Amino acid sequence: MNWILALPEIVLAVSGLLILSVGVLTKKGHAFLPSATLSIAAFVVTGFLVALSPGGVGYDGLFVVDAFARFIKLLAIVGGVVAIALSVGYTNEHRELPFEMPILVLFSTLGAMVMASSTNLMTLFVGLELSSLAIYVLCALERDRLGSAEAGLKYFILGSLASGLLLYGVSLVYGYAGTMEYAPIAAEINSAGILPIGLVIGMVFVIVGLAFKLSAVPFHMWTPDVYQGAPTPVTAYMAGAPKFAAFALILRVMAGPFGAMSPRWQLLIEVIAALSMLFGSFAAIPQRNIKRLMAYSSIGHMGYAMMGLAAASPAGTTGTLVYLTTYLIMNAGTFGVITAMRRQGREVTEISDIAGLGRTNPGLALVLAICMFSMIGVPPLAGFFGKFMVFAAAWNAGLYPLIAVGVVSAIVGAFYYLRIVKVAYFDPAAPAFDRPAPSVSFVSIAMGLATVLFLIGLGPISEAAQAAAQALIG
Amino acid sequence: MNTAIAQIGLGPYLTVSAALLVLGVFGIFLNRKNIIIIMMSMELILLAANLNLVAFSSVLGDLSGQVLTLFVLTIAAAEAAIGLAILTVYFRNRGSIQVEDVATMKG
Repeated sequence: MNWILALPEIVLAVSGLLILSVGVLTKKGHAFLPSATLSIAAFVVTGFLVALSPGGVGYDGLFVVDAFARFIKLLAIVGGVVAIALSVGYTNEHRELPFEMPILVLFSTLGAMVMASSTNLMTLFVGLELSSLAIYVLCALERDRLGSAEAGLKYFILGSLASGLLLYGVSLVYGYAGTMEYAPIAAEINSAGILPIGLVIGMVFVIVGLAFKLSAVPFHMWTPDVYQGAPTPVTAYMAGAPKFAAFALILRVMAGPFGAMSPRWQLLIEVIAALSMLFGSFAAIPQRNIKRLMAYSSIGHMGYAMMGLAAASPAGTTGTLVYLTTYLIMNAGTFGVITAMRRQGREVTEISDIAGLGRTNPGLALVLAICMFSMIGVPPLAGFFGKFMVFAAAWNAGLYPLIAVGVVSAIVGAFYYLRIVKVAYFDPAAPAFDRPAPSVSFVSIAMGLATVLFLIGLGPISEAAQAAAQALIG
Repeated sequence: MNTAIAQIGLGPYLTVSAALLVLGVFGIFLNRKNIIIIMMSMELILLAANLNLVAFSSVLGDLSGQVLTLFVLTIAAAEAAIGLAILTVYFRNRGSIQVEDVATMKG
């Protein structure tokens, strides 16, 4: 058995257990910092192992490592590191996170990595549940705050409903295709003259379950409440790694086993993408809470990323992967600023609280403005390249109505992003925020710089994305 | 097992599991009372999928469906534990587990 294939996952899982015991043995109340530092170290080691890991299929066809899996895994690891770094700055005398937080992030990322490597519906489901179960707990981590408990409860109920539907879909696909492995399912679909209706229903259930994890319309109802209620570093995490993993699954499942029936699902994906883009732009306009606004923004961004998937071409997949990378960067920068929004140690999250940030804290305001312009898609910032690639792929695939919807919602979206910039720079100044913790400033500045200088990294990133798309579609 | 399913066919199994699925989904969306009932409905959905998997596995003569069922049973236990824990935390803050009370955030 070729166990080296899953070495990064094994290392991450074992270090998670070790860090847990370190946390338990450390004196109560002093365990957070060691556990966060060790988790980041474990992530860094795992990141190197992923980058160096050999390719191949192992464990009786349950697990695959290819360029695509490596790409998604590295994205998920970066998302996890950013969330833990933010959580270090989040903890103070008013808001405290238990030391299990970095460890739960670690296990959730582990689930995301298993999902990225799945070549079998069984791996898919187990990875998905490992990732989701950890996030349910993460949402409800601030036990004394009603908002956090409510966020956890809502996400748990709707999330497990989605997992249940997905599992039902898996069972139907298994029954009608006769196997759980992706490649034989694809062969089965290719050879079948008329598709059994059970297989089509199963596929729709699987898409619904994954669209739910992506918070794509019409399965988005949980997103605003959960984003608002969860602790801010957890929200930052949820907008990253779990979405990449769900996208990895959608891309893998749609390109692999269901690739041959693309005319049947293409319309479904197009509709989901169009609705997500529109809803994300219009519903965000009346929002007053910035975390809630970011929830609608993430719904919209998932719509754009799905546009590349709807194109069902290697260029589309490459576009989606680059889009996810840019989204990771600018989203992390924005959440760095949101974590820094504190007065006398207490968190404030209304948009009106940002007023006059340009005068009271020019550095943070600049990062916020950069991220907002990047989310609009202003060149030469990161967001522009992602948008450009998915639009180009959709254009080549002839999806003109989808492009029209995308352009309209980008323009509407620009309105609310620009409003934040306007509030930060031109409104009468609100009292200044506290001095942000070093780790929060570091994340904000690093991600702001990455957004501005994305052009430099564009070549290698799009090459890697291309290789990943190649590995997927072949 | 194999002989029973050979006698009555796959149809009844699929029908029962589809009925369980529908019961579960409606239990979640129509129930306006208690969150515990929602959690019971979720178990029904997982059981529906399990029943499907075992029936298919038996007809196909392929073990992987039953292996997945074992995984699902474990996952369902973990999920119920986590759900009840979250519910306890919620009850301590809110003092109620009525479905209509879970709406302090709106917008």
